[in-house]
Amino acid sequence: MPTLKEYAKEKVHFSGGHRLCAGCAAGSMARQVTMAFNKPTVVCNATGCLEVASTIYPFTAWEVPWLHVAFENTSAVASGVEAAYNAMRRKGMIKDEHIDIVAFGGDGGTFDIGLQSLSGALERGHDFLYICYDNGAYMNTGIQRSSGTPFAANTTTSPAGSVVPGKGQFKKPLVDIVVAHRIPFVATAVPAEPKDLIEKVRQGLDVEGPAFIHVDASCTRGQRFDPSLSIEITRLAVQTCIQPLYRVIDGEYTMDRPSLRIASDPSKKKPIDEYLRAQGRFRHLYKPEQRDDLITLFQEDIDKRWEEIKAKCGV
Amino acid sequence: MSKIAVTGDDAIAQAAKLVNPDVVAAYPITPQTIIVERFSDFVADGEVDTEFVCVESEHSAMSACIGASTAGGRVFTSSASAGLMLMYEILQIASSSRTPIVCAIANRAISGPINIHGEQTDQLLFRDSGWISQFAETNQEAYDQTIMAFKIGEHPEVLLPVAVGIDGFILSHAIEGVEPVTRELVSDFLGGERKSILRLDPDNPVSIGLLHLQDYYMEARAQVRDAQQRSKQIIIDTFKDWQKLTGREYNPIESYQMDDAEYAFVTMGSGAGNARTAIDELRANGEKVGLIKVRVYRPWFGNEFSTLTKNIKGIISVERAHSFGSPGGILGQDVKSTLFDSKQTPYMAEYCYGLGGRDCLVKEWTEIYNRSIQGFNEGENLPYFWWGVRE
Repeated sequence: MPTLKEYAKEKVHFSGGHRLCAGCAAGSMARQVTMAFNKPTVVCNATGCLEVASTIYPFTAWEVPWLHVAFENTSAVASGVEAAYNAMRRKGMIKDEHIDIVAFGGDGGTFDIGLQSLSGALERGHDFLYICYDNGAYMNTGIQRSSGTPFAANTTTSPAGSVVPGKGQFKKPLVDIVVAHRIPFVATAVPAEPKDLIEKVRQGLDVEGPAFIHVDASCTRGQRFDPSLSIEITRLAVQTCIQPLYRVIDGEYTMDRPSLRIASDPSKKKPIDEYLRAQGRFRHLYKPEQRDDLITLFQEDIDKRWEEIKAKCGV
Repeated sequence: MSKIAVTGDDAIAQAAKLVNPDVVAAYPITPQTIIVERFSDFVADGEVDTEFVCVESEHSAMSACIGASTAGGRVFTSSASAGLMLMYEILQIASSSRTPIVCAIANRAISGPINIHGEQTDQLLFRDSGWISQFAETNQEAYDQTIMAFKIGEHPEVLLPVAVGIDGFILSHAIEGVEPVTRELVSDFLGGERKSILRLDPDNPVSIGLLHLQDYYMEARAQVRDAQQRSKQIIIDTFKDWQKLTGREYNPIESYQMDDAEYAFVTMGSGAGNARTAIDELRANGEKVGLIKVRVYRPWFGNEFSTLTKNIKGIISVERAHSFGSPGGILGQDVKSTLFDSKQTPYMAEYCYGLGGRDCLVKEWTEIYNRSIQGFNEGENLPYFWWGVRE
């Protein structure tokens, strides 16, 4: 496996000058993902922050072929692209070479409105890698809650009011849903662990059939933290085990090093309190009074899921 | 070649087989199902080398079609009614992405209440989307127009998706004789061996589907407008090319017994058949009536239409479609706005008929004629009327 230094020499196919916010982790994610490209590659992009901010006509940040059609259908679009390449290759109309296909969607475009399209494409077995960059709400339209939004988060459609303390539901277990499709490769990642992320992208592209990576991509505007902290917030997500890092290859779970370190030394597991305090979207859990009841509920849910994932990974 | 006995759906599937698209992405919906079933047979038996993407919804069907077409593939799909409405959002993007997808439609009533039978409202609902929109009257026309749709849509001056509609069940499930053509003829007609027109090309990266704000959006839409206008000549040329090869004449606006006609029915699709028989009977009784059949609905061939109505005293527009709360029918509004520019505006009667597949017999077409003429003779236009509805 190449070192991070070696990876840093790889060409980035997502250029600067895009209009993503300062401190947007989705941008860091996009740069890291494209560093893994080593074959002819095309990108399909769902409507969302990454799409609108990277391709305002007449400009584009993409140095590989890139296609946007709509919000909820990127997996179907990628299915069509793959099918056309297969047919044209068979008929000798294009070069006989493999073309990697990457699809990007946010949490709204993946957990919610794009779930059917994703499920269909996974079931049909198209050879593509879907990357969900999850910033925890519909950030592009102004921070509305999605089914990927964490418990108790304050969003514009799950506001923390005097009676209702933010979102009442826990995050949809999307990775479990994807794993249930029995596709060859599923993984989780964060931009704070670039080597891990880049390796997973390459691995996901190299398997035959569908691959899926869930990336926790923090959002300075919606999650409310200083733009200088975006990478640290995703590191904290791993350290508090709200985003454990693992991969599922042909149904076999393996925990990755950053999470494995915590599994083998539980004293390294940070309380969710640290993650919550770092973000303005959870401020109502501390002011005007500390809501230990909700923080405890949150912690219990994380602990339960952490034990589950450890058991699945055999650690 | 001797005729084959096929349903309208089967005729379209046979036509698509000869075209041998690279990708078919489709989802089943009555009354279109036979098209995708038959095409699946062709794939299973190796009669085509198409990638059949059996998607989980019509929304995904049209999305996959755009992906495939953008990658450079020749693409075919088929739908109806609720299916078209589920893909409605993506239909607009197909035209603005300039993807020459061909979509065969077995026109069906829209819910609710749910009904699976013939009605053209489904296809008319996306009249403003940039699609080239055609209707066929017979299974032969469905067969021929499906093949021609690829040539029209893929023409570099056009690059727009094309819809070909047949009335659900009335054509889709009815067997008629169809004179087939050969694969070689279709291949020659479509320009021989197809070269890749790869747009998503790793060797030449471009971005497609960008955000256009206030500074560019109108120009992007105007390109679709211009392509629609340019397609008129391409449609006429393509129809002529087909006639040279097959002897079968096609025009965007068809006419029957219009040379000396004083009154004219205007309609689209299979209803034209009964209209013709009614006209024959009325003419036997001395009535000077003809038929204008709109084959190509979008782009609208206004000049060709006006040429036929120059000396007409009264127009009877009869459509198997409806628009709630509108001043008239959907086709009717196109007809009226076309006539507004003519020197002598004829009288006009507009009818909605046959919704949800309800029959309209030859004698009813005669009744519609007599009712309209009575009004015209009293010096009036007739208000929009739903024929045969129990009020």
